[in-house]
Amino acid sequence: MTSPDAGRMRPGPSLWSRIQSGAIERFHIRIESLIVLLVLAAAMAVLSPYFLSWSNFLNIFLATATIGVLAIAATYVLGSGGLDLSLGSVMGLAGVVGAWVAVKAGLPTPVAVAATVGAGALAGFVNGLIITRAFVPAFIVTLGMLGIARGLALVINHGAAIYGLPAAMVYLGQGRPLGIPMPVIIFIATAIVMHILLAYTRYGRHTLAIGDSENAARTAGINVQRHRLSLYTLSGALAGLAGLIFATRVNAGDPTAGLTYELTAITAAIIGGTNLFGGRASILGTMIGALIMGVLQNGLNLLAVQSYYQQMAIGAVLILAVFIDQWQVRKESRV
Amino acid sequence: MSLLEITNVSKSFGPVHVLDGVSMSVDRGEVVGLVGDNGAGKSTLMKIVTGMYTADQGRLTLDGDDILTHSPGERRRMGIEMIYQDLALAKQQDVAANIFLGREPQKKVLGINFVDRATMRAEAKAMIDRLGARLPAINRPVGSFSGGQQQSVAIARALTFDPKLVIMDEPTAALAVREVQGVLDLIRQLKASGIGVILISHRLNDVLSVTDRIVVLNHGRAAANLTTAQTDMAEVVSAIVGGADMADAAAHESRG
Repeated sequence: MTSPDAGRMRPGPSLWSRIQSGAIERFHIRIESLIVLLVLAAAMAVLSPYFLSWSNFLNIFLATATIGVLAIAATYVLGSGGLDLSLGSVMGLAGVVGAWVAVKAGLPTPVAVAATVGAGALAGFVNGLIITRAFVPAFIVTLGMLGIARGLALVINHGAAIYGLPAAMVYLGQGRPLGIPMPVIIFIATAIVMHILLAYTRYGRHTLAIGDSENAARTAGINVQRHRLSLYTLSGALAGLAGLIFATRVNAGDPTAGLTYELTAITAAIIGGTNLFGGRASILGTMIGALIMGVLQNGLNLLAVQSYYQQMAIGAVLILAVFIDQWQVRKESRV
Repeated sequence: MSLLEITNVSKSFGPVHVLDGVSMSVDRGEVVGLVGDNGAGKSTLMKIVTGMYTADQGRLTLDGDDILTHSPGERRRMGIEMIYQDLALAKQQDVAANIFLGREPQKKVLGINFVDRATMRAEAKAMIDRLGARLPAINRPVGSFSGGQQQSVAIARALTFDPKLVIMDEPTAALAVREVQGVLDLIRQLKASGIGVILISHRLNDVLSVTDRIVVLNHGRAAANLTTAQTDMAEVVSAIVGGADMADAAAHESRG
């Protein structure tokens, strides 16, 4: 017992693994993702003198807002064992619908805002209806919706963007109460509400239970199909909200908005610790994941890296994140 | 009036008649064994009782109330619990989440219903302690537990909400010898507290030692309804295999 190795020989979890499991149990996040974010931010700060400033900080959040809201949608759907590939297209469609209602139909801003989010929710509802009633796999249904929503967004105004939103609407994208951009406020507020819903209500718990084991959820008396339908509707509504943020920020309903954003959103969710196959998810983790994507893009912009390379970087990060997650799961030898 | 009354239930999957007019009943404080060969229809019948499947025809009553149109969740609230052979646990969730899945206690804060996690944890721990189960930790994903420990969680889930009827599907099949005795003792305790139990098992020794009656299913029909005290292994085996090869099969089972 007095040998110098006694301490090391003692069985039990190491400090590191206790921090890991503590982070998961208390805050529902993978501690590694937080470290990656900090390291990435530190690297950017060293590489670019502009990185560490309040205005750039707000810039990162502003640039992350759209992706962040989509990533929250992806977190719910992935957490339930599903998949929504139509996020980016539905976001684009919603923005065009909102702009059309406000500009072409000349309806008041509240109606246009409701139409934007509503268009997203409707697309999501259609996804959910086909998935739960016609039993077509989510992968196929949302892949199909990716094409349909994008096509519809282009059809509405013959492929052109709709400009000139009313001032009240533009405020949602460009307003700065207390110096904080509105999209950042909407993003943070959405994240807080969705975090509470996921972590502290029956709805959130049932979402993860369905993703964990559909059989367990069904035998527990949860109406799995109805829950799924509501999840895809929620996902669509959040995509609509992202579309609203984007359209009001650039002051246009752009039918090409959100192209390939589903890739970034799903990547952010997975980096944040969402299990690709469902059962584990956290909004806090997804926020970290979205910020990693935001810092990565912001930093690459500051370093003047071509956007083509950024696309490659995001794709590589997605594969790397899933690899690390699966590697961890195998190491812990849990299901 | 029996606790559970199954009357003339039939079920087909496409052209296959899985259940063909099955009737059986369970009283309060009665343990009924449900035995039969693979494919005899035991699991299908029990899934009709829990509401996972709908019957093509027949009647199903609990305490005299017709429950055939009730959803699985409603039947659970009325007191029908089932412990599945595969346990039907959500393996990435912790013990409390599994025990309370679908009926989490809630508390209102600012008019919004939140899951009351403190109550869940405390009651889950109390139930696990009452069962005398040893779990490494209550806040770990149940997938990290051993098979016996996972079964303790599944049992705790079935017993936490004061059930009237507990259905156990092969509860001893995957257990060590010592754990089997624990499950059989538990069944006797349930009986003593007035709960009706249906035990599905291939281990006829277990069935004979713990049940009051034994219902034998054979090709979707209730082939026999035997009083355990007045029957023996040979008669049960004979009903299961339908008369043929009875002597050999019974001798084999008796050797255990």
